[in-house]
Amino acid sequence: MFSRLFENVSRRALVLLGALLIGLFGAPLVASDYLLTVLILILYFAYIGQAWNIMMGFAGQLSLGHALYVGLGAYTAAALYVHFGIGPWIGLLVAVPVAGLAGAFIGYLAFRFKVGGVYFAILTIAVAEFARVGFDHLTWTKGSSGLFLPVAQYTRNDLWLLRGQPVMFYYILLVAAALAFVFCRALLQSRIGYFWLAIREDEEAARSAGIDTFRYKMIAVVISSAMTSFAGVIYAFYYNNLFPEQVFHISRSIEIILGPIVGGVGTLFGPIIGAFLLTGMSETLIAALHALGIDIPGAKQVFYGFCLLLVIAALPDGIWPWLSRRIGLSEREK
Amino acid sequence: MSALLKVEGISKRFRGLLAVDRLSFDVPEGGIFAVIGPNGAGKTTLFNMIAGVYLPDNGTISFAGERIDGLSSDRICQRGIGRTFQIVRPFPALSVEDNVIVGALMRRHDVLEARAHAHEVLRRLDLYDKRAQRASSLTLPDRKRLEVARSLATDPKLLLLDEVMAGLRPTETDRIVSILKELNRDGLTILLIEHVMRAVMALAGRTLVLHHGASIAEGAPADVVRDPAVIDSYLGAEDI
Amino acid sequence: MPFDVYLNVAVGGLLTGLVYGLMALGLSVIFGVVRVVNFAHGEMMTVAMYIAIVLFSALHLDPLIMLVPISVVLFCFGYALQAGVINPFITRPEHSQFLLLVAIAIIIINVLLIIFGPDAQSVQTSYSYDSFQVGKLIVDATKLYAAAAALAVAVALYGFFQFTAIGTAIRACADNYTGALVVGLDVKHLYALTFGLGSACVGAAGVMLVLIVDVTPSLGPAYTLLAFVIVITGGLGSMPGALLGGVLIGLTEAMAGLIFTPSAKSMFAFAILVLVLLFRPQGIMGKKAA
Repeated sequence: MFSRLFENVSRRALVLLGALLIGLFGAPLVASDYLLTVLILILYFAYIGQAWNIMMGFAGQLSLGHALYVGLGAYTAAALYVHFGIGPWIGLLVAVPVAGLAGAFIGYLAFRFKVGGVYFAILTIAVAEFARVGFDHLTWTKGSSGLFLPVAQYTRNDLWLLRGQPVMFYYILLVAAALAFVFCRALLQSRIGYFWLAIREDEEAARSAGIDTFRYKMIAVVISSAMTSFAGVIYAFYYNNLFPEQVFHISRSIEIILGPIVGGVGTLFGPIIGAFLLTGMSETLIAALHALGIDIPGAKQVFYGFCLLLVIAALPDGIWPWLSRRIGLSEREK
Repeated sequence: MSALLKVEGISKRFRGLLAVDRLSFDVPEGGIFAVIGPNGAGKTTLFNMIAGVYLPDNGTISFAGERIDGLSSDRICQRGIGRTFQIVRPFPALSVEDNVIVGALMRRHDVLEARAHAHEVLRRLDLYDKRAQRASSLTLPDRKRLEVARSLATDPKLLLLDEVMAGLRPTETDRIVSILKELNRDGLTILLIEHVMRAVMALAGRTLVLHHGASIAEGAPADVVRDPAVIDSYLGAEDI
Repeated sequence: MPFDVYLNVAVGGLLTGLVYGLMALGLSVIFGVVRVVNFAHGEMMTVAMYIAIVLFSALHLDPLIMLVPISVVLFCFGYALQAGVINPFITRPEHSQFLLLVAIAIIIINVLLIIFGPDAQSVQTSYSYDSFQVGKLIVDATKLYAAAAALAVAVALYGFFQFTAIGTAIRACADNYTGALVVGLDVKHLYALTFGLGSACVGAAGVMLVLIVDVTPSLGPAYTLLAFVIVITGGLGSMPGALLGGVLIGLTEAMAGLIFTPSAKSMFAFAILVLVLLFRPQGIMGKKAA
């Protein structure tokens, strides 16, 4: 499966990818602390965007509740650490199955009972909201008053316990985002990838071509939710505090999916470009408004909203399909 | 020749309407069997019951000696029955090649092997040169052949064709007819549901005429079209 | 707890539920005809709420009197939104429409935040603390007025769809888009009209909710979700279903708040939604798809 990773990739695309990777790899050497935190956010969204894209962009199942899997991953790992001193990498071994099971639960209910389209999307929101209110009242994770990880001033980076400076998280997320990219490409080129695209395009026709659509949709949900939970674990150990109101909130779910939609649903570069553009845009707006001396809460979001409107109106398929034509990369992307 | 597909006494009722009424027939292995009838005769309902979209209310459907009624459409495809849709449904955003690869992957786990098989099928259906195009950009006759190609790529023993000639010009019809004949010579059994009598006359070894969900005549096409009951049922509705 | 406490809470929940129902009715009408899920529904309601608050605090105009004028404003807003922004998106995929409406929601929330600030505001009318007593049953006057007005608006809307030429034309559009085009209906105009009507409904609901709840700019998303829950519970596209769903959810929330804790009440609404999706996906009053 991996031997064909580079098949049909133009030299130009490889050079561009290489340059991007080298640039990102060297970035912490020159970036200020502030810029580094922005880059961490970008990589975080690029990674989750890739995971969400498996479900929506590949298999055509619109999830509007991905904050659920981030939250489950974050809370599982953080609670294990706080209560039992279990480190995040061991915690991950619990967090991934927990999120995967949650995904399987939603998928099973929806696909068995033929809940599709808009209804499926609303079911995903409902389960995430259910979890949000539920965690608000779960005393084991300190409910709505928030779960805090012990913090100290770190001089060295402990990769095993994920205690350290932002640059450590930067590299972890960079590796994760790069691996997610490669993994998604491999998936797209595999048998399962073809089946997903077929289901996305026309489920009934896919079934009549012999595809067990239930099974492959389940696989997409489980892979996507399990992948997303890893970002949750990193989130918990990076921010060191968790509030149900924040991690599970619908606006988190929306943030997650804006990037890949703006970048191009179903494309491999879409989530990355979307993350760069939206996070970059948001930070630029803050800086610009600050420079203009405008300090009104909400002003940034209003501009942000209008920018979103413009992008979606001008480029219905997202940025990447348009950009790849402009820079002469007519890859066989889907 | 033994029966590859055996339909015994199947019925289907939608609310008040009896769409298919205790219908029985056999499709012999290696043959081309046509089901004809005026609009609303229950042809597509029959087709959908064989393909696993609807469950018959009564009766049984057997394929290669095993019951298949009640199986889901993906299982039926896996058993060896390929189908096309009356209103064509290729995967629009995928290339012609990828459309066929999806079908080929049903019995193949390796993508390269599936691609090779897809190329073979595309050549047979005169679509090889268009393999890189998006399916949505094809003309109607090309899309119809793409449907046949996708379904053939699953290596079916029996191919169900739902009005695959409808809307085609005579030259295009002749082209599909010759392709189907060739596939049949290589051992494929075909069940046609068709309006276009020209194609039925040219292809089918045996024809069943459906009217109000029931069989009113069955036999060689040339005999069937002279049957008074058939002429009666078609009279005024359409020209044969 | 004595029985009459339960009864009072239940009646209060039922009355609030009728207002919820009217809000959801707007969403249902829009989806039923235009086939666009209005993810900015709750945000549009907050717009109406703030208009009511401004009119009350500046000019002392009672919200119940301003019900019709504010609904008209919301109608125009909805009409313009559909005609100007959403119409080009009606043939686009769901996620694209979703993004569009999310962008609109973000803009509305934050424009309200800029103008009114983050603090909660409310309307204190002369009858804010009045109540009616029937035996042991005590009913808040505001809730009773609000529920009565909600019913009146819903009945008017039903009459419009059933008995006017435009209403019939809109129903034709909902049934068969292509058919409506073929017979020469101006579908885009009818869509905008529908979106306007849906907005007017949610506007009216907002004006009445102002009497019952405190308003903040960030109130929108929670009500958008609530409207989804109600509409799916009642049956998407069914007008009585939306009202029934509203009553059911209003009642559930009130009882759950009483028996468990008020902050957990929305969990029960979501639990009902999940159950309905699984066992009666077309909703309580919805028609089964063929």
